[in-house]
Amino acid sequence: MRNVAIVGTGHSKFGVRNDVSMSELAWEAIKEALDEAGLEQKDIEYFIVSNTGGWSSEPLPAVVIGEYSKLVPKGTVRVEAACASGSAAVKLAYDMVASGHVDIAMAIGIEKMNESPTPIVVEFIGRAGNYFWEFENFGLTFPGYYALHATAYMSKYGATEEDLCKVAVKNHYYGARNPKAQFQREITVEKCMSSRYIAWPLKLYDCCPITDGAAAVILAGEEKAKELTDSPIWIAGIGSASGTSNMSKRGTFSSLEAAVVAAKMAYKEAKINPDNPVKYIDVANVHDCFTIAELMAYEDLGFAKRGEAVDWIRNDQTYIGGKIPVNVDGGLKAKGHPIGATGEGMIAELTRQLLSRVEKDRQAPIKNGYALAHNIGGTGHYAYVTILSLSKPMR
Amino acid sequence: MSGEKKTQKELTDEEMKKFIEFVESMKKSMGLPMVPDIKTGVALWVDQRELNVRFVIGVERLKPFFNGLADGKVLATKCKICGEIYFPPQVDCPKCRKSDVEWIELSKEGTLVTYTQINVKPYSFSHYDDYIVGIGKLPEGVNVTAWVRESDPKKLKVGMKIRLEVVKREPEGYYVYEWVPVE
Repeated sequence: MRNVAIVGTGHSKFGVRNDVSMSELAWEAIKEALDEAGLEQKDIEYFIVSNTGGWSSEPLPAVVIGEYSKLVPKGTVRVEAACASGSAAVKLAYDMVASGHVDIAMAIGIEKMNESPTPIVVEFIGRAGNYFWEFENFGLTFPGYYALHATAYMSKYGATEEDLCKVAVKNHYYGARNPKAQFQREITVEKCMSSRYIAWPLKLYDCCPITDGAAAVILAGEEKAKELTDSPIWIAGIGSASGTSNMSKRGTFSSLEAAVVAAKMAYKEAKINPDNPVKYIDVANVHDCFTIAELMAYEDLGFAKRGEAVDWIRNDQTYIGGKIPVNVDGGLKAKGHPIGATGEGMIAELTRQLLSRVEKDRQAPIKNGYALAHNIGGTGHYAYVTILSLSKPMR
Repeated sequence: MSGEKKTQKELTDEEMKKFIEFVESMKKSMGLPMVPDIKTGVALWVDQRELNVRFVIGVERLKPFFNGLADGKVLATKCKICGEIYFPPQVDCPKCRKSDVEWIELSKEGTLVTYTQINVKPYSFSHYDDYIVGIGKLPEGVNVTAWVRESDPKKLKVGMKIRLEVVKREPEGYYVYEWVPVE
């Protein structure tokens, strides 16, 4: 296996993007990534499109986007790993390049959720998991699945609804400083606490919005990367794991077991001490589809010890200046969560963080040169942890 | 409850009906199903093809489970070779790679592991009042996800005793199992 670097990134504005079609939205990210890498479409040897769909009109987005963006006749596939589809696309592109099968591959994430009305989108996401045994009779929703974790976590560790709201307040604080974010306004704990219940104990401000968005990442093998750029960002490690489709088959509800497995794999590959990853990682994006998910992520990734995430959020440890900045782009909570594009969105953001290229008031200080993306599909059904590095990994 | 307050389904349907009427009026004047986005004014094409989806799912090998429900019992499968208990039931034991299972009746008494109340409902559940979903643990070591017969989540507690019962789900009128608090 050879080293693989990110040589170009693209990130559309996230939000309600009724102003563009799916192809136009994807093109925003594809064009930006090609421009950044200084490449033409013909240089892309394979493109992987991550999209979950159902709520949008095009069932074969890879070919629709391929035609529009003039990537045809290069090989393509659409991948689905629910909300982690984007990280799955990056992993597949990484594997193709690392194996030497191609020199340059592109992962393109796209989701157009607002093509359907909200109750239908709620229905589609609720069906994800185990349709027959959990949705058909019991009508769980995505906020509901995470609320099951919130109830268990709060009961076990004494976390409160106010604690959960503090995650939302932090992520809105950074969303307000990110021009790509869906929500660019700050909120208070009071505002969050007074919002209506979506799935008790989770309230409106505990939940990420329904988002349209696209993001793209171009990967190249070591030699090609050096030709293309003076500032490649290397992929130092990727871990991936799965969890049971039925929630009822999980061993715990205060953690996502798949995330723990994926993190261990990624740390091992990146040669990062799993007992103290915070010492290495300058900035992280974690999958905060709901506020409870961010707290569990601190613990599943080994940033905080079990039960300590509550103290971390109470003491602002994940703001810039704390132990480790987390979701300083606004996270899924405020930047938005266009399901299939979230993974590439995280990788594009972290690449720019490591290159110190983001807006000043949300730029994490880069000291050790590592960044981590934690991207969960479903409720711990899929887990991907991707570690990026400023310096070339030693193989 | 109904009568005074509209269900989420009634509200959604009314909103959709109004929207479609608006689309129809625009179509009449322009000859195209194109409307301005309410918030931004950008042009939206409203799909003229409607897709209704209802799946047909094979349950032949799980017939004993559904017949059990009709008799008021919740059944699981148990591998005759390794003893593994499966709930939801499955007739293949991937551990033994054999399909030699027996049907066993699960205990009724369990403990509540976690729960939530679904306030914003999926469209196909939006005719119900807010419902509570819980996961309960049975002595056999399996967890069961089901509705909990309670309307206030604050009255429930992790670890409390609950009992599994077979009930008829209305207004659809079919058998399903449900957790009932016993404390």
